[in-house]
Amino acid sequence: MAGTQNAPRSIVTTESPLVRWLLTAIALLFVALFLVIPLVSVFAEAFKQGWQLYLAALIEPDALAAIKLTLLTALVAVPLNLVFGVAAAWAIAKFDFKGKSFLITLIDLPFSVSPVVAGLIYVLLFGAQGWWGPWLAEHDIKIIFAVPGIVLATVFVTFPFVARELIPLMEAQGSEEEQAALVLGASGWQTFWRVTLPNIKWGLLYGVILANARAMGEFGAVSVVSGHIRGMTNTIPLHVEILYNEYNFVAAFACASMLALLALVTLAAKSYVEWAAARQAAEDRRQAVE
Amino acid sequence: MAIKQHSVLPGFGLSLGYTLLYLSLIVLLPLSALVIKVTHMEWAAFWHAVTEPRVLASYRVTFGASLIAATLNLVFGLLLAWVLVRYPFPGKRLVDALVDLPFALPTAVAGIALATLYAPNGSIGRWLDPLGIKVAFTPLGIVFALTFITLPFVVRTVQPVLQDLETELEEAAASLGATRWQVFQRVILPTLLPALLTGFALAFARAIGEYGSVIFIAGNMPFVSEITPLMIISKLEQYDYLGATAIALVMLAVSFVMLLVINGLQWWSAKRLGRRK
Amino acid sequence: MTRRASLLAVAFALLSGHALADTTLLNVSYDVMRDFYKDYNPVFAKYYEAKFKDKLTVQQSHGGSSKQARSVIDGLEADVVTMNQSTDIDAIVEKGKQINSGWEKRLPDNASPFSSLQVLIVRKGNPKGIKDWNDLVKPGVQVVVPNPKTSGNGRYTYLAAWGYALKQPGGNDAKARSFVSALFANVPVLDSGGRAATTTFMQRNIGDVLVTFENEAEMIAREFGRGGFEVVYPSVSIDADLPVAVVDKVVDKKGTRKAAEEYLKYLWSPEGQQVAAQNYLRPRDKTVAAKFAKQFPVVKLFTVDEFGGWTKAQNQHFDDGGIYDQIAAANAKN
Repeated sequence: MAGTQNAPRSIVTTESPLVRWLLTAIALLFVALFLVIPLVSVFAEAFKQGWQLYLAALIEPDALAAIKLTLLTALVAVPLNLVFGVAAAWAIAKFDFKGKSFLITLIDLPFSVSPVVAGLIYVLLFGAQGWWGPWLAEHDIKIIFAVPGIVLATVFVTFPFVARELIPLMEAQGSEEEQAALVLGASGWQTFWRVTLPNIKWGLLYGVILANARAMGEFGAVSVVSGHIRGMTNTIPLHVEILYNEYNFVAAFACASMLALLALVTLAAKSYVEWAAARQAAEDRRQAVE
Repeated sequence: MAIKQHSVLPGFGLSLGYTLLYLSLIVLLPLSALVIKVTHMEWAAFWHAVTEPRVLASYRVTFGASLIAATLNLVFGLLLAWVLVRYPFPGKRLVDALVDLPFALPTAVAGIALATLYAPNGSIGRWLDPLGIKVAFTPLGIVFALTFITLPFVVRTVQPVLQDLETELEEAAASLGATRWQVFQRVILPTLLPALLTGFALAFARAIGEYGSVIFIAGNMPFVSEITPLMIISKLEQYDYLGATAIALVMLAVSFVMLLVINGLQWWSAKRLGRRK
Repeated sequence: MTRRASLLAVAFALLSGHALADTTLLNVSYDVMRDFYKDYNPVFAKYYEAKFKDKLTVQQSHGGSSKQARSVIDGLEADVVTMNQSTDIDAIVEKGKQINSGWEKRLPDNASPFSSLQVLIVRKGNPKGIKDWNDLVKPGVQVVVPNPKTSGNGRYTYLAAWGYALKQPGGNDAKARSFVSALFANVPVLDSGGRAATTTFMQRNIGDVLVTFENEAEMIAREFGRGGFEVVYPSVSIDADLPVAVVDKVVDKKGTRKAAEEYLKYLWSPEGQQVAAQNYLRPRDKTVAAKFAKQFPVVKLFTVDEFGGWTKAQNQHFDDGGIYDQIAAANAKN
């Protein structure tokens, strides 16, 4: 199918080489200006004064505490949203019910709510002057200015990622395969584990990767609920801000570079997932033909 | 399993129930706290809080800069998607992967990096400064930060549509004597329009709420480069919880409307493209 | 190899929740105080351990003064707060009720163990010839100041300039207002806090003058080197009292009142005052002050009482719709 189109296409449906070259150059310039240079500058600033200072900034106790807290936050927030994403996608993609598109809009909401607002709502709920603040204080339960608040704010901002990946994917896949499995006598859970999950695993992974990146990098929402206690409630992005405010630019950029590195790993993982998913799709098609 | 739906699959009650419960706990309940807090305000006080001159100026900055950034990305996003889909060039896969960088890079890091680059003594700023172009600490800086943050949206919504675009139509138009530019205008652009608008709306929605990256590069001058999320923070720091909440509610309402628009666009897009296999 | 191992061991010991400590205090403080408390905390911990045979750890939280006060109001469990203006502590008294009123009477010197003042920091060689406040309103001079709406540092600068104009021959409120208005018309970047303003001035190389606390000038020297700037003392400046208070509700709940009170009281001890002076904070103790007299030039000072106290000043100048907002609005139009 592709082969037959290639020859005429090159004659009538593409631009002159000059235009092509020009457009590509402009696009690449844009990418360089807005993506590559900022990325490179993070690493350049981080290594400005050599490896030793770079490493020292990363193994300093407060930095380690920030790394630990960031990992913990992502480790709680991402699985929570993963389970939710699968449940929501199952309900939305496999069934018809009233108010479905409204439900999707609500699921999308955290994505467009300003992170500052996201932080504020938890202060209104759990702050000492908030709805449940007095009750929580009485029972000595700490939510904001402690780890639970940071996790909650992170859960909020990463809420739609997995669901948003899975809903269109599962809608496109339909439910014929699941129905077949059920007819053949599989239980609901068996069908889910053996049929649905293998079909959505790449989309799921993709959503998890994006949610994880956002969870580790969130600044605005977490900043409102953190309390900024050194070595206790600072995540890496907040630690970066503190170092920056201490005029410790090398250390600030060193910690920032770790987040940038995470971003690069995320991109690599994402590309791999896309590649693997495409390969599997091709494989499936070939098997279907045979 | 008492629930019988149109589908024979099980788990509707469980999955929808869990979805609604979790959604209520994490999203709806906290957001309703916002709404209820505002109902404690007199209408006049609310109106005053959300329309005082400094706040109005911040709307102008936020919506203006977001609009420019989304428009920039509309143009360059289309260009980038076009180049990525249609032209071969070395390093294409790398560029394709890099497009998602703003999704993955924490916004605060982006803000600090951009401020460092575009400050008058930064590696880019020092070349622009003699030309009289100031980026960091001006509204232009806000536009740059927002352009960075929202760069992937248009590319990622347009790319799949462009990939699926059948070339027969283009060939037919070309064989009927249309110039390449005419083909682009009359054939390609209308097909891409829903995707372009969706990407634009997504970028715009994301940009108006952005805080972390903007704060480092904006300069934060009242009436000139203060964004609305900063006004919320600023109100909070004056212990004006109600004022902060009122502005937050306005932003929330705008976000919600934007999402309705986006979903409408996607529905329109699906209808226009027809049901594809 | 072994060094790295021991470093890691230390790191993990610190990470594992300060298991060694019997008493933990949280000091919620503002941005530019971090260096002082970094030095003071170990000195105090040593004294406290020797005296009470109790191990003590002090945790620090830093940020903009008002932001920090708001966190305490919202439930951040600070044992002590160390702020840069009394309105921030008053806000905790009023809105959060975590501190009992009368806190400023419970410690000497209105509960301010040391003070600072606003100075002018100019580029090396003072190319614009800045000598006093009136040089800041000249056309073509760029002044970097943090935002008075969000930063105590910015508010002190605003009031210092106002007070200067008031004290000039024939000075009155109308003249002071137009003077301050002209000054803020020369501000190219309004950062949210004192630290960000310094970064803008030193790192970004923006502006001809940075107005900030005297003790910040010393920090700038330590971090950026002494070669890049000079400190100019204006003819008159504002006395910035830096108040401290025990958060009653928290210490009574946690049972840390004794330690918290000791922590603040010790700030007035010769050792505490010495650490303050070393960090270029003006000590209250006469002996320590005499010892460090060389680094603290005599400047004519006025206090916030000139404006009827902080509450009134805040109300009149900095609240929404106040004089600062009016000035900012008018400046933006021109």
